[in-house]
Amino acid sequence: MTDFRQVTPEAPALAPLRPDAPDAALPAPEQRQWLLVLRTFAENRLAVLGLVIVVMITLFCFVGPLLYHTDQVHANPVALNEPPSARHPLGTDNVGFDILGRLMAGGQSSIEIGLAVAVIATAVGVGWGAVSGYLGGAVDAVMMRIVDIVLAIPSIFIFIYLATVFRPTVPLLIVVVAALSWVGPARLVRGETLSLRVREYVQAVRMMGGRSVRIVLRHIVPNTIGTVVVNATFQVADAVLILATLSFLGFGLPPPAASWGGMLSNGTNYLYDGYWWEVYPAGVLIALTVVAFNFMGDALRDAMEVRLRRR
Amino acid sequence: MTSYLIRRLLQAIIVVLGVTVVAFILQNLIATGPSLAKAIIGPRATAAQIRAFVATYGLNRPLPVQYWSFLWQVLHGNLGYSFKQNQSVDSILGQQLPKDILLVGSSLVLSLLIAIPLGIAQAVRRNRLADHVGTGVSLLLYSMPTYWLSLLLIAAFAVSLHMLPAEAPQGVTVTQILAQPQGLVLPVLSLTLVSYALFSRYMRSAAIENLAQDYIRTAHAKGLPRRLVHRRHLLRNSLIPVITMVGLSLPGILTAGLVTEYVFNFPGIGLTFFNAATTDDYPVELGITVLVGLATVAGNLLADVAYAVLDPRVRYD
Repeated sequence: MTDFRQVTPEAPALAPLRPDAPDAALPAPEQRQWLLVLRTFAENRLAVLGLVIVVMITLFCFVGPLLYHTDQVHANPVALNEPPSARHPLGTDNVGFDILGRLMAGGQSSIEIGLAVAVIATAVGVGWGAVSGYLGGAVDAVMMRIVDIVLAIPSIFIFIYLATVFRPTVPLLIVVVAALSWVGPARLVRGETLSLRVREYVQAVRMMGGRSVRIVLRHIVPNTIGTVVVNATFQVADAVLILATLSFLGFGLPPPAASWGGMLSNGTNYLYDGYWWEVYPAGVLIALTVVAFNFMGDALRDAMEVRLRRR
Repeated sequence: MTSYLIRRLLQAIIVVLGVTVVAFILQNLIATGPSLAKAIIGPRATAAQIRAFVATYGLNRPLPVQYWSFLWQVLHGNLGYSFKQNQSVDSILGQQLPKDILLVGSSLVLSLLIAIPLGIAQAVRRNRLADHVGTGVSLLLYSMPTYWLSLLLIAAFAVSLHMLPAEAPQGVTVTQILAQPQGLVLPVLSLTLVSYALFSRYMRSAAIENLAQDYIRTAHAKGLPRRLVHRRHLLRNSLIPVITMVGLSLPGILTAGLVTEYVFNFPGIGLTFFNAATTDDYPVELGITVLVGLATVAGNLLADVAYAVLDPRVRYD
């Protein structure tokens, strides 16, 4: 999905200009910069809320199963569609899985896939965009047309194609979603690289004999980090949403593997029967995760954007 | 400017060609030659039948040759013949496309009519309660999977309140669809809400950026009433980025459109694609992928050109 949250690549965060001599008591400019980012982030109440939600959901999914043991592999035909009770705090689903336990198991796959997609898509996109923008000319033209082609076919159409051939597994979903998500960061990083490569310090490195690899890795990529981190945060949220949609269309992880999207789309079959415990908990967790990552992304963007800084 | 347009057009042509290559590769990834024939005719197909099918569709030729003949036919406006429905892909698309233009077009227009004034109102009241509420609502809409939003709308308006039908209007022509306007309300509403969620934050930040510009300050300084400053200067300048926004959002809206059509059983391109994919109707799948890619590329091209025409500050060399 095209991401408007970052249509205009923001100016890279620069250390404040200090015409006076560096103060020995202060940390190095780079460190100061990160402290400032961290402080702006911490001052944003929504960002802190987002972080708290993400931490709590992660604990719920990964530590929860250690305390709350449920069988999420074998169907239990004597306890179908049971409303919440002392035995099953959030009831059971249509094959007798305990919903609370299943939310934990499903969250693990959703979060793992979301994070892995963000990491892979970002790494590929940054490399692609930096090389394309730095080299320019014919290489840039070819690399960017490839990006355009990937962008031109809405990803859901490609998913449906692939899903008719492959049986979805966690690694496969990661690879496929990442293969369609790297173009966002690639475009953003290319845009930034175009403005970074003509900067004085890049020219200085080149004059001193620094090779292209060094320039890209040491001087260009680190300066795009703000844009990249913000985008990666949004990528996690988008991946969680895409996974949910894929499950609904029948291309999610097949049972007994659990996923929030699978639970939600399974539960929607019972929307009219009043089995609310099969619909809302999974839906709320998906929405909460997406909102939390968006809060963090927004705050990180504000924190790293020079123009909006208050001090 | 002319050279920019020519270059941009050439790029678009290359990208469309790339889309046809990708679509062709994807299709051949699923099945080729005899295995494709067997998938279509069925498990009890005889060897002779498979041979006949392969010969009819030229499936025994090398892939580059098959691609070339596919491309040659596409260039002549012929997208092939459906394996499952006794109809050419062209006529299927010709039937479905107007209905999609109705669904996607009306949702797009409605969502812009909501997103533009609200985005400006939010920017003007930045960080006040109304702004936070607006941001909260659009974020909530954004964070819900499209199908869940659609199903909740059905649960509320169709099942509980009995106000609207749960299914989209059925029919082959746009006239038949328009004859049952009640059925259109929920699909259009749900696609509008999803598109609004895509647009609203962008509108707000574009307006905030414009508010900080010198011409706004000048307008205020010369004593123009706030209302007029916002209408004449802020609104007009904030409309320019809307063009890019719509162009770029096309894939996202088409994705949401596919899900909406699936949920409401709306007889459009998205649902046709989904059904073609689940019944191995490869010519239809391939044709729709090429069409959708073409629409996206054309949308972006138009957006870029419109931007260049409308904004005199943009210079191209």
